[in-house]
Amino acid sequence: MNRSARRRIHRALWLVPLVTLHLVLLFPGFFAPYDFAEQNRDFPFRPPARLRFVDANGAFHLRPFVYALKVDDVSSVVQEDTSRVFPLRFFINGSRYSVLGPWNARLHLFGVESPGRLWLFGTDDFGRDLFSRILFGGRISVFAGILGAAIALLAGASLGVIAGFYGRGADAAFMRLVELFLALPWLYLLLAVRAVLPLRVRTVDAFLLLVAVTGLIGWARPARLVRGIVLSARERGFVLAARSMCASDWYILRRHILPQTYATLLTTAVLLVPQFILAEVTLSFLGLGVSEPIPSWGNLLAQLQSYRVLTSYWWMYLPAAILVMLFLLYHRASSALEKRATRVSL
Amino acid sequence: MVRTGQRLLHSLLLLAGVSLFSFALLSVAPGNFFDELRLNPQISPKTVASLEQQYGVNRSLPVRYAHWLGSIANGSLGYSLLYRCDVGSLVLPRARNTLLLTTVATLLAWAFALVWGILEALHRGKWLDRLGGVCTSLLLAIPDLLLGLMLLVLAVRAGSVFAFRAYLGSGGTAASEASAGLGSRLFLPVLALTLGILPVLVRHVRSAMIVALDAPFVDAARAHGISASRVICRHALPAALNSLLSLLGFSIGGLLSMSLITEVILGWPGLGPLVLEAMFARDTYVVMAAVMLSAAFLIAGNLLADILTYWNDPRIRVVSA
Repeated sequence: MNRSARRRIHRALWLVPLVTLHLVLLFPGFFAPYDFAEQNRDFPFRPPARLRFVDANGAFHLRPFVYALKVDDVSSVVQEDTSRVFPLRFFINGSRYSVLGPWNARLHLFGVESPGRLWLFGTDDFGRDLFSRILFGGRISVFAGILGAAIALLAGASLGVIAGFYGRGADAAFMRLVELFLALPWLYLLLAVRAVLPLRVRTVDAFLLLVAVTGLIGWARPARLVRGIVLSARERGFVLAARSMCASDWYILRRHILPQTYATLLTTAVLLVPQFILAEVTLSFLGLGVSEPIPSWGNLLAQLQSYRVLTSYWWMYLPAAILVMLFLLYHRASSALEKRATRVSL
Repeated sequence: MVRTGQRLLHSLLLLAGVSLFSFALLSVAPGNFFDELRLNPQISPKTVASLEQQYGVNRSLPVRYAHWLGSIANGSLGYSLLYRCDVGSLVLPRARNTLLLTTVATLLAWAFALVWGILEALHRGKWLDRLGGVCTSLLLAIPDLLLGLMLLVLAVRAGSVFAFRAYLGSGGTAASEASAGLGSRLFLPVLALTLGILPVLVRHVRSAMIVALDAPFVDAARAHGISASRVICRHALPAALNSLLSLLGFSIGGLLSMSLITEVILGWPGLGPLVLEAMFARDTYVVMAAVMLSAAFLIAGNLLADILTYWNDPRIRVVSA
């Protein structure tokens, strides 16, 4: 392998955690040991499970294990039951979940046998496994962000192309509309658009609603970017040459103009996705998005609004940690794309 | 002067467009303020209907819009059904608080960002620049919502009483308590907002300063033996300021959004908690007033940035004259 190829691979290394995280969030049922709604009312706010190697008798186990928990009937104190160990197992059968719609499965990546509990990130106020809730919530938050960005980009790009390519009246009207959408701070615009829709929605609809709302508020900026590119591309020599040879509008758009917008669209997409994830998180945090019992990163963070949770249970911050990690990766991606763009143009 | 006048007219037209747009949007919203009453079996449908009649909820859209425009003229901005008073007297003190918060935060953030960004640009590629880069990208990845929560926890852990009080009052219903401990309560929200906008500003200052420092006129100034600090302040900074001023206008939108969520979390009696409460109660005119005020702030900020750019850069003045 020569040096430049190695450098290229090194530059693309940030892609690995980014793609892995998305894959995990795409199939939360497999990677999460429990269902997101499974309650254990006896064990609210348990701290993250301790994976042990040495048991109560001092014997060493190669395979890490946990102890089951028991509640003392009199004092209602939760204690570890050290009489039996529950080793960590991979590819274990557990609760039923659906994989991408109609298919069901029971296979989980890891877990422990039944009376034992593996709460990797602890539990929330209903004794639900936080790790599983973060994964299932991530599926909603992240894919609402991605779908919203896709809609915004698609709408923005088509409007931008129409305005930039056909110009004149359409362009003038388009620019006024864009100005209108950019004249409101995005959160106020988000709330105004959200206000159109019913306040309390079924959780199933909430996802689609979030996608629609975020897509609706986000189209203006990419549209203006695309319009600018199309405007300058329209006057380039090769477009005029194609036109002189009687190329149709559609052909010129497809072959000569649209390819010039791809790099910008990709960069914009990488910038928009975290912003739209944040839009979902903000709406659900304020109680206007996805609601219980379906988890989303927004309503997981909303639990921190309670003073007791905020000050006493540090593991309830873990959704925030995952969120920040994902955002860091996205920012890394966008700066890498920017660097690449300047390298190509030089 | 003509140009400023044109810009002003354009801004006003834009504001009118925004008002029409958001009024239409909020009017399409299903349900109204009296929906809750309808669920109450002790209140007859006739009473609800007469209430709706009295407050003109069911009148047609153009009529309501005309009424609303009229209410702007006398400063009442409509009537709040939730708080039973004029929206103007409700919203304006809140808007003043939001404006106070965002202005202080903007000034602080710009002061920090200019120093930090220029330092980074001067020490390009050295450890100071790297450290700054890591800090800004970390701050950039932490959403404003988390920033507010983190500051809250830190303040509570540090045992600061005012933060605790602010947290308990996060509903923000009582506007009268607003003026009491405003100064001490300003600290946390300002810190959250400043930290929130800082990374973007620092990055832009850094890159704009790098471009300016690489320009031939800076080399020429250095060759004339002008002192380093004078080269930075008198030669490089004004050149870099141009793109930064347009950023000032641009960043106000983000700042206002950030301020909304920060106000809700840290219990600052600004527009944020009010607009949220009004949204849940379907109190249309309060939401409308808050949305319009935010748009007005944003447009005014852009206008200000435009005028400042015009004033800062003689090249633009020559072209447009």
